[in-house]
Amino acid sequence: MLVAYSYSPSYANDELVTLQQDANQWAMPLGNYSSTRYSTLSQINNSNARNLRVAWTFSTGVLRGHEGGPLVIGDIMYVHTPFPNKVFALDLNRNGAILWSYEPRQDSNVIGVMCCDTVNRGVAYAKGKIFLHQADTTLVALDAKTGKVVWSAKDGDPATGETGTGAPTIAGDYVIIGNSGGEYGVRGNLAAYDMNTGKLAWRAYSQGPDSDTLMNAQKTTHMGKPVGKDSGLAGWKGDQWKRGGGTTWGWTSYDPASQTIYYGSGNPGTWNPVQRPGNNRWSMTIWARDLKTGMAKWVYQMTPHDEWDYDGVNEMVLVDREWKGKPRKLLVHFDRNGFAYVLDRTSGELLGAEKYDPAVNWASSIDLKTGEPVRVAAYSTEHGGEDVSTKNICPAALGSKDQQPVSYSPQTGLFYIPGNHVCMDYEPTKVAYVAGSPYVGATLSMYPPKGENNLGRFVAWDPIAQKSVWEVKEPFSVWSGPLATAGGVVFYGTMDGYLKAVDAKTGNELYKFKTPSGIIGNITTYTHGGKQYVAVLSGVGGWAAIGMAAGLTGANEGLGAVGAYRSLSQYTNLGGTMTVFELP
Amino acid sequence: MIRLNGRVAAIAASALLFATLLSTGGATAQTAPAAAAPPAASPGSGPDSWAAFSGWKRYHGNCSTCHGPDGLGGTFAPSLVDSLKTLDHDQFLATVVNGKKDKNLTMPAFGVDPNVMCYVEDIYTYLKLRSDGKMDRGRPANTPTKPKDVAEAETACMGV
Repeated sequence: MLVAYSYSPSYANDELVTLQQDANQWAMPLGNYSSTRYSTLSQINNSNARNLRVAWTFSTGVLRGHEGGPLVIGDIMYVHTPFPNKVFALDLNRNGAILWSYEPRQDSNVIGVMCCDTVNRGVAYAKGKIFLHQADTTLVALDAKTGKVVWSAKDGDPATGETGTGAPTIAGDYVIIGNSGGEYGVRGNLAAYDMNTGKLAWRAYSQGPDSDTLMNAQKTTHMGKPVGKDSGLAGWKGDQWKRGGGTTWGWTSYDPASQTIYYGSGNPGTWNPVQRPGNNRWSMTIWARDLKTGMAKWVYQMTPHDEWDYDGVNEMVLVDREWKGKPRKLLVHFDRNGFAYVLDRTSGELLGAEKYDPAVNWASSIDLKTGEPVRVAAYSTEHGGEDVSTKNICPAALGSKDQQPVSYSPQTGLFYIPGNHVCMDYEPTKVAYVAGSPYVGATLSMYPPKGENNLGRFVAWDPIAQKSVWEVKEPFSVWSGPLATAGGVVFYGTMDGYLKAVDAKTGNELYKFKTPSGIIGNITTYTHGGKQYVAVLSGVGGWAAIGMAAGLTGANEGLGAVGAYRSLSQYTNLGGTMTVFELP
Repeated sequence: MIRLNGRVAAIAASALLFATLLSTGGATAQTAPAAAAPPAASPGSGPDSWAAFSGWKRYHGNCSTCHGPDGLGGTFAPSLVDSLKTLDHDQFLATVVNGKKDKNLTMPAFGVDPNVMCYVEDIYTYLKLRSDGKMDRGRPANTPTKPKDVAEAETACMGV
């Protein structure tokens, strides 16, 4: 197994620690606490993957962006949907017949405050319960056998633009959830609920006084130094921190050995940097917190005073590797800002940061001594002031990668990155704050890098050499979380609807199948009756597909490409289908 | 900043007042002009006007995440290039102010949001030009200078 887990036997969820080591099941959205999305299953391998075929399919009945992926516990597959956030328990003994389904009653007004489609990134399982974080911020625990509500807790207020889109993480006795709504001036926070009762254990904000951020002036460190008193107020003008964003809508990882959770915070409130002076702490930050108390152990702010919407929420992958001749407990993070960060996850020491897309131009490098990006003035959106358009910034606000989680194979030692290859023009504009209304203040247009015609890249990355090993160019952003397996295969989905299997060492295509709709979901594998299956949700949508009907503008059409410049709507349509693959 | 006491049910009339305050600096009574461009500079509502440029910008700041770039529609909300072929000015305004519900799709009410209401006539001007085929996709080729009285009215309306 990838990681030798040592954990306190007193925890209620020993079951979950055991479950994630059993490759026959898929117990949590990112596969395991280290978030590697790797499976030791090898029945499907690089010599027989070309024979894959569809075993069965299931329609969710919802036609919106289907992010995330299913869980498999025993003989049951748990499938979630975008708003209205249905959950289905499917019987694997009967090709996915419905054992139970759950549909919450939610005020549909919440749809109007979801910036980037009504997505949901999945459910979590522990101790006979399924946990769902609904769009209206309600966290609900369902009986995994019957679908009946065991408890529910309202986490936030959708009237202010606060919503729920992320998958919960279960660690120890806690259900951990973040919030969404960075485009509405929502104050980001991470909350931990008691798994058995639904009672709030702690809540940690991304900005504000120490009592809100759960930081210790002396003990919490940034770049190896104490953060000082009320560091979450420093770097904000007046009371702007109260609508300061830094939402926590991505993924949370967990190291059971040190009982530390790791996650990132998103963009600071309003995308207009002129209106938001200061370093805006602690938006765009990697957080390490103690599971039981929520206290911050260390932080690292990647993009102080953001000018591009480079949210820091992407997943933190925990791997133990040799770094410069010394075994280290690493945290690897592929940020929206286009840099692949390597940190010591115990101390928070910044070890390396390199561009994982050569198109990245807003910063030339990351200064490893200060942690600061070395910014390129020509791509500062603040430089020209309000109402001035800064052109050809790479990456676009979508980032070189968004929430779609990477996969890490201990077999090849490589990360597999589902990437965007998009640049932008960005024009800050004056914006007034109104609770529950968009608080964006910027006008953007997006297009592929100059002279290129692919909006996506699928990249194999060596985290130690900090270089890409191979890449597959994709016409559209790769918005699907890949899966690497011990069979030497990597699976991923494309926005034009293909499930693809490629060789983990070379990237050579082994198999592809066109599913009913574009894929923005993550790949899951499991066994049933001793046979390996691969499952993926298709259902195009999400941020990358918002302009789906429109395609690119005339200005970008003259580059000679045929496929990439046609609109996505010419390739696929809305959908909501689970497709399950098998070998004959 | 404009203080708004909750999300009161705004009606179209208040939107017209809002828009009129913007377009005239509040100097005249409620006359509800179809286009908001003040007469000082870049007059009119043509594709080169300030109103069209401002509308392009504000549309892409507030509306395009759902209605798609250039008014062409998205997976989330219909194409306004198409909608404005049948929807008249007042119906457009009423929809922006009050929002709309249609099965699982919901458009929020923007009646109390200055980021939209201070520019709603500009947004209409822009979308109408797009709908009538008088304006291309993308950022307008030339950036007109913001007329001084428009800048003053904008500050008054936005309150920031």
